[in-house]
Formats: sequence, structure tokens, C-alpha cells
Amino acid sequence: MNLILTVDVILVVIMLVTAWLALTARDLQRAVILFIALGLLVSLAWVRLQAPDVAMAEAAVGAGLTGALLISTLNSMRELQKKKTSEVTPPADASPTPQEANHA
Amino acid sequence: MPDFYDDDARLTRPRIVALALSAALVALLSLIILTAPGDLERLNLVARERLTESGVANPVTAVLLNFRGYDTLLEVAVLLLAVIGIWSMARYARVWIKVPDTPVLAAFVRLVLPLMVLVSGYLLWLGADAPGGAFQGGAVLGGMGILWIAAAVWLPDFQFQRFARVMLVLGLIAFVGASTLLLALEGSFMEYPAGEAKNWILVIESAAMISIGMTLMMLFVGGIPRLNEGTV
Repeated sequence: MNLILTVDVILVVIMLVTAWLALTARDLQRAVILFIALGLLVSLAWVRLQAPDVAMAEAAVGAGLTGALLISTLNSMRELQKKKTSEVTPPADASPTPQEANHA
Repeated sequence: MPDFYDDDARLTRPRIVALALSAALVALLSLIILTAPGDLERLNLVARERLTESGVANPVTAVLLNFRGYDTLLEVAVLLLAVIGIWSMARYARVWIKVPDTPVLAAFVRLVLPLMVLVSGYLLWLGADAPGGAFQGGAVLGGMGILWIAAAVWLPDFQFQRFARVMLVLGLIAFVGASTLLLALEGSFMEYPAGEAKNWILVIESAAMISIGMTLMMLFVGGIPRLNEGTV
């Protein structure tokens, strides 16, 4: 009983700390990774609240899908940034390789 | 690679508005929780008592697909609206993922994809007796689609668009179709005939799972798949 309570308290503390770190991270990549970690912790919390259905949805959508979308957004921001800087000072070879063009 | 830093900590007007709205939402939710009527326990008992009539043994599935099937019908419609919204706003689909130049990822994805289809079907079937169901199975299907695209094993093209459209509306069509059929047969909306609830639920859930999976995948694609090659 006491052990389980301790685990719960630790989970809550880690959740709050991760949420705070994700919110205050200066590096957006770091913030995204922390957010994914937070989603997994929240899904653990749902398990502890005896809601395994919600836990599964949280892990899949809250951590997985949202994480994938955020990483994709970050990459698109990088790509736009690259385009902007290359417009100001065009590098020697600005055209992407076919591989990059496919998946960039 | 220039990375993105968020140094801006100013309290601008939009941020103050967002802060105020978030605080108001927290206050409202707290108020609702604190002043919730005390007979929630009674509702719980009533639902559990009638569980045997619902056609499934998992109380969550019973509530989602039987007792409160109408809510789930609207949820499926909301998911479809989300994709329609994205398709209306995005000029073209484009997935921003850097693919590592290694055959391991593609091989792994090819191996794991069929297993994911199996798992999603298992989760759907499991939903009748244990945690699982259309949303969980659909999430696995959606994850499969995202993995597929992210590993660049395959990219959705124009031909895929028609298939995607059919899959997207399948869940809503099955749900509305079943409800309408039940209205004609039983005389009431979303009320399954006694003893046959499980079959109806299974058909609706299967269609909903496919639509949910396709919806999640299309959210990741982020626009209408229309180019045959190059960007997705």
C-alpha cells in the first residue's frame, strides 16, 4: 500500500517536472522530446487511475501522433529557415539532391 | 543546422488572452468536478447492472457503442471534419521527415507493418471483453501509416487519394447506416435488437477503426495526397 503510494507520488512529481521543463525549454527540439515523454508519463498516470482505455489512447495519440506531428512541424520550420537564408546568400549548391527533395 | 530557440518570454496581449482562457477553463473544470451531482455512483451501478444486455463485457465499450452510441457517432463525424478542415487549408501535402540513409529502417518497417495490422484487429476484437476497441485499434493502424510514410517505404500519391477518401468516410457511413437501419427495423435510433447487439457493434467498430486509422494517417500527411512523385 505504502509502496504504491510512493510510486504514485513519484509519478506525479516527475509529471509536473517534465511538464515544466517542456514549457520552459528554450530549444524547441528539446521541448518536443520532453512533451513526448510527458505524454507517456500521463498514460502511466491513466493506468494508475484504472483507465487503461484512456491510457492506450493517450500513449498512441498524446505521445505518438502528436509527437510525430510536432517533429514534422519542427523539420518544416528548419526547411523554411534554410530556404530563407539561402535566398539572402545563395550557397554554391543550393539545389537539394533527389533523395532530399523526396523526403525533406 | 540552425536550431530553433524560443527566447521570447514577453507577456504580449495574445499570450495574456491565452493565459486568461486557460485559467478560466481550469477554474470551470474544477468547479464542475467539485459541484458534480452525488448520484454518479448510482449511474455507475445502473450501467453495470445492464452490462449483460449491452452485448459486450467491457463497460467502456458498452458505454461507447451502446449506452452512449450517439456520442461516439458524433466523435467519428468530428474526426472526419478534422481531415476536411486540413484538406481545405493545406495547399499540398508534405511530410517533413529526414530519412536516415540505411536499409535497416525500411526492412524493419516492412517486417513490423503486417504485425501492426494483426495487433489492430486483435485490439478491436479484445474491446468486447477488455480495454481495447475501435479507437485503440485505429490508433495502431494510424501509427502503421505514419511509420510507413516516415520510413519512406511508400508515399501516398494521387491514386491513393480516392482510396483514402473511401476509408475516411467508411466509419461514419457504417454508423449512420446502422442507426438508420435500426430506426427502420426497431423504431428507435441507435437501439440494437435484443441479443444481437454484439454483431452490430462489431460491424460499426470495424468500419470506425479503419476510418480512425486513416484519419490519424491523413493528419500526419497534412494535406491532400496529390503528387505522383517527389513531395508527398
